[in-house]
Amino acid sequence: MTPSDTDTVTEQFRKMVSIAGCRHQFPLLRQYVNGKPLVYFDNAATSQKPQAVIDAMMRYYQESNSNIHRGVHSLSERATQSYEEVRHKVRAFLNARDHREIVFVRGATEAINLVAHSFGRLALREGDEILISGMEHHSNIVPWQILCEERHARLHVIPITDAGELDLEAFPALLTERTRILAITHVSNALGTVNPIKQLIAQAHAKGIPVLVDGAQAVPHMHVDVQDLDCDFYAFSAHKMFGPTGVGVLYAKSRWLEEMPPYQGGGDMIKSVTFEKTIYNDPPYKFEAGTPNIGGCIGLGAALDYLRELNMDAIRRFEDDLLAYATARILTVPGVRIIGTAREKAGVLSFVMEGIHPHDIGTVLDVEGVAIRTGHHCAQPVVQRFGLPATARASFAFYNTKEEVDAFIKALHKAREVLG
Amino acid sequence: MTALNELYQQVILDHNKAPRNFRKMEDATKRVEGYNPLCGDHFTVYVKVDGDRIVDVSFEGAGCAISKASASVMSAMVKSRTVAEAEELFGEFHRLVKGELQGEEEIERLGKLAAFAGVSEFPARVKCASLAWHTLHAALSSSEQSVSTE
Repeated sequence: MTPSDTDTVTEQFRKMVSIAGCRHQFPLLRQYVNGKPLVYFDNAATSQKPQAVIDAMMRYYQESNSNIHRGVHSLSERATQSYEEVRHKVRAFLNARDHREIVFVRGATEAINLVAHSFGRLALREGDEILISGMEHHSNIVPWQILCEERHARLHVIPITDAGELDLEAFPALLTERTRILAITHVSNALGTVNPIKQLIAQAHAKGIPVLVDGAQAVPHMHVDVQDLDCDFYAFSAHKMFGPTGVGVLYAKSRWLEEMPPYQGGGDMIKSVTFEKTIYNDPPYKFEAGTPNIGGCIGLGAALDYLRELNMDAIRRFEDDLLAYATARILTVPGVRIIGTAREKAGVLSFVMEGIHPHDIGTVLDVEGVAIRTGHHCAQPVVQRFGLPATARASFAFYNTKEEVDAFIKALHKAREVLG
Repeated sequence: MTALNELYQQVILDHNKAPRNFRKMEDATKRVEGYNPLCGDHFTVYVKVDGDRIVDVSFEGAGCAISKASASVMSAMVKSRTVAEAEELFGEFHRLVKGELQGEEEIERLGKLAAFAGVSEFPARVKCASLAWHTLHAALSSSEQSVSTE
């Protein structure tokens, strides 16, 4: 081991310790539910917020609240500056080339709808094809279905294997000369599968097909570099990455934002308006009609600062360790079957228990203070793919602990005891 | 008894494991599908009505222990009753799982249905318990082919 290796290991250890120590910065986690310490394992649905995010939003409303891009007064300038600073923070977080490639939206769902609407109108003709995968969230299925119906285009689906991985052998043939966009999730919310999107993007680009990546389940768990991935669009929500609800990001390459027509009309997205002719604003403002969620954006900025401090690579290592522990432990519970056994996973443990419906597991766990999600996880086709009406899903964040996994496993034994 | 044991009483566990009248009915006068999109519970309820009397009830499908047991107990309870009696029982059951029935006596009067009294402590599960009943209600009262609890 060279001295520099030792330094790296020491640095890694320091980061691991700082992650383990961050739990107390999340006030919501300090509570009892049904008389038991809360074990929050529903992070794929939404994450909890550190005090720093809550404070930043409160401070904004107490000290700087004002409308942006409008006023000549000091408050408005201050609010505008804070809002635009977050755009630069997002650029750095994703390693985008330019801050003007960052569009603020309501969440990943709106980001995908924006692309389906604007890019779809630009590029899709009758008989064209859109390619998605069999493990998409409804938010990366339904906008494309609506578009296909309008344009008389066809939706094609990359099949998935029994392990919950994309069928990479079937994939190349699905990229045809009529495919206008590939829209695919980075990490599956129902299975936890991490898709090899860099490879998929390269294959799609080789045929001139642009790619949208749904990153909602990836950004809380791993470092994302949009230039390295070379994706055309990347969508995510703030609330799944320790920021507030109601704000999200669409990253898009400049050339698309220049070419695409506006998504919504209104204030702030225009340069000049007369009844005869309106001149649209430049990107990204062209896509930000109306007063945005300024307070939410400030919260997102605080969440990005928080994550940068913790370091995404350290978070990934910490969570991989936690997921491996939970996976090994759950397999000791009689009758448990894990749904989604991909080689590379992040943050999600989906499972069923023989003879017990997931909804009943969820109720018993809740009584034990353990919050999990049960159902189809807004990804009905993937749950149906495994011949199931529903699964139970534990999903993790860096503030979770092995002790919590132990409490979760104990509660699963209790479910077996109560439900036979 | 804890709230959990109160919810998952032996009657419910029995009916979940061995549901009564769990079959397709070929000569049904009406069949309606009931669906809870939130948790994926999905049942088809079959009824055979002769005049104003329910001569047979059956169901098939999949769901959680509460929804399945509720469908099973319901099928046993309403068979050979009149449509009006079944509707009245649904009203009572609904009040029971919403926690609106007062006093032991009122609850005991419901017989096997009393096993669902514990549901009132779990508001998220009221829809599970009522799914089959809503479906039966649709089968008895309207021309709808499916009902949803959402």
